[in-house]
Amino acid sequence: MGFGRSQEDSQISDVDRGKIKQATKKTRLSAFSKITGLFSMDAISADLWEELEEVLISADVGVKTSFEILDRLKAEKPKTRPEVKEALRDSLIEILESVEETAGKLWDNDELNLNLKAVNSPAVVLVVGVNGSGKTTVIGRLASLYVKEGYRVMAAAGDTYRAAAIDQLQAWGATVGFDVIAQQPGADPAAVAFDAINAGKARLYDLIIIDTAGRLQNKTSLMEELAKIKRVITRQIDREPDEVLLVIDSTTGQNGLIQAEVFTKEAGVTSIALSKLDGAGRGGIAFAIAQEYGLPVKFVGVGEHESDLIPFIPEAFVDALLLDREE
Amino acid sequence: MLDSLSEKLQHSLGKLRGSGRIRDEDLDSTLRDIRVAMLEADVHFKVVRDFLDTIRNRVRGVELISSIAPGQQIAAAVHEALIDSLGKDSHSIKQESDGPTRILIVGPKGSGKTTLCGRIALYFKERGLKPHLISTDFERVAASEQLQALANTLDVPCYVENIESTSSEVAERGLLAARENNADVIIVDSSGIVDFTDERADALAELADVVDPTELLFVVDSMMGQEAVNLAGAMDEALEGTGIVVTKLDSDARGGSLLSVKSVTGLPIKFITVGEELSALEEFHPERFASRLLGMGDVASLVEKAKKSAPEIDSKKVAKKMRDGTIDLEDFLEHIEQIKNMGSLSGLMDMIPGASGLKSQIGSVEFNDNEFKRREGIIRSMTPFERKNPDAINGSRRKRIAKGSGVGASDVNKLLNEFKQSKMLMQAMAGGSGKVGNSMLRKLGLGG
Repeated sequence: MGFGRSQEDSQISDVDRGKIKQATKKTRLSAFSKITGLFSMDAISADLWEELEEVLISADVGVKTSFEILDRLKAEKPKTRPEVKEALRDSLIEILESVEETAGKLWDNDELNLNLKAVNSPAVVLVVGVNGSGKTTVIGRLASLYVKEGYRVMAAAGDTYRAAAIDQLQAWGATVGFDVIAQQPGADPAAVAFDAINAGKARLYDLIIIDTAGRLQNKTSLMEELAKIKRVITRQIDREPDEVLLVIDSTTGQNGLIQAEVFTKEAGVTSIALSKLDGAGRGGIAFAIAQEYGLPVKFVGVGEHESDLIPFIPEAFVDALLLDREE
Repeated sequence: MLDSLSEKLQHSLGKLRGSGRIRDEDLDSTLRDIRVAMLEADVHFKVVRDFLDTIRNRVRGVELISSIAPGQQIAAAVHEALIDSLGKDSHSIKQESDGPTRILIVGPKGSGKTTLCGRIALYFKERGLKPHLISTDFERVAASEQLQALANTLDVPCYVENIESTSSEVAERGLLAARENNADVIIVDSSGIVDFTDERADALAELADVVDPTELLFVVDSMMGQEAVNLAGAMDEALEGTGIVVTKLDSDARGGSLLSVKSVTGLPIKFITVGEELSALEEFHPERFASRLLGMGDVASLVEKAKKSAPEIDSKKVAKKMRDGTIDLEDFLEHIEQIKNMGSLSGLMDMIPGASGLKSQIGSVEFNDNEFKRREGIIRSMTPFERKNPDAINGSRRKRIAKGSGVGASDVNKLLNEFKQSKMLMQAMAGGSGKVGNSMLRKLGLGG
């Protein structure tokens, strides 16, 4: 199954596939190894569906989505366990790939292109999410991807609330090699975004990534603040931000769905980054988010290093999850 | 916060309404609904399974009380099991009597550890103690700067090192500095866990050895999913935790991870955090939380009972009468009939959160079936005029009523006195003297 990319397109490399496999190894062993065990026998027993349900639920896929996936599977009336496995794999991949085109300009659904030439310069990415989801780390790494492609990248320290958030972004800038526009702690984040875009335009940057303070989506005033930041950006660049990236921690449970819903409503999310996939988190909420809100995952955080933000590949993600232990 | 779960539970329990006793298929379908609700609230599926088994056994094992609706009995079992799972007592932070109290904070990356350190420092500072912060997190960029900035805000000392070292070495030097500074409470931050590897477990165990904490607190993010159970289990295995802190409970997450972690570690939940400000640190009260989880107290089941036993009650009229104090013995008779269906009045009071105080006021009013019949007989021996105007009942009327109902005149007196007491109580409850009465009325569907 292809991704609409050619051989010379090096952005999804075997290295990345390997990283996803490695990152989701834990998931595979702890959850889907059960499937492996189940699949190893030929007959379908009555317990199989219940066990599959538990496997999906324990990966945070969610009750509704799990039930829907399994209902579809049952309707196909698979006769053997390998058939069940194949059908489940197809079903999971389909959910991730069937996400409709979103408003995001930078990253297509078919291929994750880091080429910025197609959009107006500077390209603008707004990064949002709840407290502790890993926004600043994702920004450091995202910037690194573009810096390596030779682009001039600037980040705006829009988290003026959390202690030392500005220091954190500046430290990333120093390590990776991008510039940071910052004001004092407590400054108006919309003003920071305003400054950054003006500076970015004047100094001919290729990409501006705007950090924001973590906010719980049920805090109305903070969500209004976010909507204001987005309005200011839109006014300054005369178009919507090219991408609004929602960062979700891979350990997030069903609240991830509400995060996707409310951040999309208030800030027009176009893409998802799943952070900390190398840890305990399984990221199963991505299926529910794709199904309910049509939002695609574009990046996954798979390790501790600067280069550990990699493009999300649905097929590789699902394959890694369903991989037999021997493989 | 947990509204959705409590709504779902109430909906589940609502389905049982109207059945005279618990049939297996009703119980199964209710438990299925509760299962879905709990899974959607991110309670781990194994924890859910155990929890439902507990409820099933409790409901099955107990002989059904005919005067209480089956739904109410399941609700009570759910409530009890929740409180059992959450621990029955509230737990405060242990403090050393000799030397400084040492608190070590561990938990997943992004769960709010560093902010929590600041919150705990403020908590003790407000109680007149001298807190001292120590950062041992070299992994996350600017983690020590964050703790230092919080310390500056709070005006408490903070030990950080800028040259990379191991966490336990820094902790050792930090503890020394804090002791020299005569700190009362030393709070040690640690690196966030992403993957709980053996190396991570060893490093944290080494840090714990050095700190020798009075309290070793596991931080749990209330938005965490199914994995909370595994991570908590791993932390519990590697470290001797003393308590749990649940963060971001001001989110709209249903917080099932709390139940999961509590079940797998058995540790008391010491604090919850409920806001952005550093002061938004609260002590955890299991009853309150279980109550919140189920709605309000046992009111869900109270409503259940009231609706079941008094379907045609003209609620607005009664509420108005209670407020105006124009309630009469006719209403009292009607009430007695309803209460007879619902169970004892004192039992009802038990289900109303915060009403135990009121209960003592009516301690003398003990209802049982014979008493009900006797009261009913007394009131039925009164003329409609007398029922509407109890104050008009004089000596001769009293004698006639006693004779008619086959009791002594003193019994008639007793009933009239009880009626007066009840009337005063109803007025107090309905008249806005306390939230309890009003909310109970609303819950009963009697409020305006």
